[in-house]
Amino acid sequence: MHLRIQAASGVPIYLQLVQQIRSLVASRQLAAGAELPAIRTLAERLLINPNTVARAYLELERANIVVKRHGSGTYVAENPPPVARSQQQSILAERVDGLLAEAAQMGIGVEDLVGLLRRRHQRMASPPS
Amino acid sequence: MTTPCPSTSSSDAVISVAGVSRHFGGRRALDQVTLHVPRGAVFGLVGENGAGKTTLIQHILGLLAPESGTVRVFGRDPVADPIGVLGRTGYLSERRDLPGWMRIDELLRYTRAFYPRWDGEYAESLRQRFALPSSQKVQTLSQGQQAKAGLIVALAFRPELLLLDEPSSGLDPVVRREILEAIIRTVAEDRRTVFFSSHLLDEIERVCDHIAMIRAGRIVLFGRLDDIKQGHRRLHLHFDEPCQAPPALEALLTLEGAGRDWTGLFRGDPMRLLAMARAAGATVVAEEVPSLDEVFVAQTLVDARRGADPHV
Repeated sequence: MHLRIQAASGVPIYLQLVQQIRSLVASRQLAAGAELPAIRTLAERLLINPNTVARAYLELERANIVVKRHGSGTYVAENPPPVARSQQQSILAERVDGLLAEAAQMGIGVEDLVGLLRRRHQRMASPPS
Repeated sequence: MTTPCPSTSSSDAVISVAGVSRHFGGRRALDQVTLHVPRGAVFGLVGENGAGKTTLIQHILGLLAPESGTVRVFGRDPVADPIGVLGRTGYLSERRDLPGWMRIDELLRYTRAFYPRWDGEYAESLRQRFALPSSQKVQTLSQGQQAKAGLIVALAFRPELLLLDEPSSGLDPVVRREILEAIIRTVAEDRRTVFFSSHLLDEIERVCDHIAMIRAGRIVLFGRLDDIKQGHRRLHLHFDEPCQAPPALEALLTLEGAGRDWTGLFRGDPMRLLAMARAAGATVVAEEVPSLDEVFVAQTLVDARRGADPHV
């Protein structure tokens, strides 16, 4: 689970954790039922106050994104609530921006990119035998 | 927040400093210092070198007596009851202060004699984690190794209060990380209170939940870290009319710009700040929470402008 904390940013550290873990769950990089690191372990890894990690886990639990099993740890919920449309859009927007930048570097125009998108989609929908 | 606003009453504070002042010769080293450290807090004392951090810590340990004001640790006066305080406090001084001629194993055996609650297994596991050879003499250790040895001495009897003076000072980033990790592990253990001084804002911002800023012996900020950060805003303002001189605004710490566009660091309730900006004829183009570094620098500039003279 790759997390990055910026202590000097205006965003409280616990909120940065909540947002990043939400994103990881929404994009399925953290699978349903997967175990989150122990509070202490994550605090030591990120070099932050364990209470901050605890607070983030509590917020995630309140939002039904994770479940705390008594004495056993914290796990991604089996059915995390569907991500709000707007958040889905912003996750994809980030990917699209990356793609556009790469294509621009290669000198590939947006029309060609759209064509590529359609062809790959077609391939996924009906894979060649 | 030039007057202290404690987040807890002083009665459940592990450390309670009230109105402490101290001179050395003609120089005022501490000036009416007041702060409270709640139980279980990770408290960061921030200040430049020479601001009074070590002097304050020496008062907390009872190594110095205040000229005025009171110091209470676990509700006791550390000058009158050194054993009651020091027996429950793990201390790492800035200069580490370890007997150079002792080997690591001798150091641990020696220190063990002073503390009934010394945990030998824990001390040994720390020694291994820090990779400190038992037979090596303290004076042949590197700076980083000495800091780690000092930390074992402070931690192994599982004190209620951990008091560290510039624990990362003079250390390379790798060792700094190890020390910070050890501190965080201590925090994770139940109800332990940590107080450390540092001029490294990054580690303060990551690990502390309460902070105090000291400058020229005076406490200039004190409270919960989140409250302090959220109580400041960097506002980018666009005025309807160009300003001939820097606009006079309330709650302003620093300001720069020209004509219609100005950027300032403000202290206060964000809603009130927005209303104030509008009333002054400006639109808020952008609004951000500043870093602790910015707040500290701004506060220092404000104090300098007010002509705060540490030698008065």
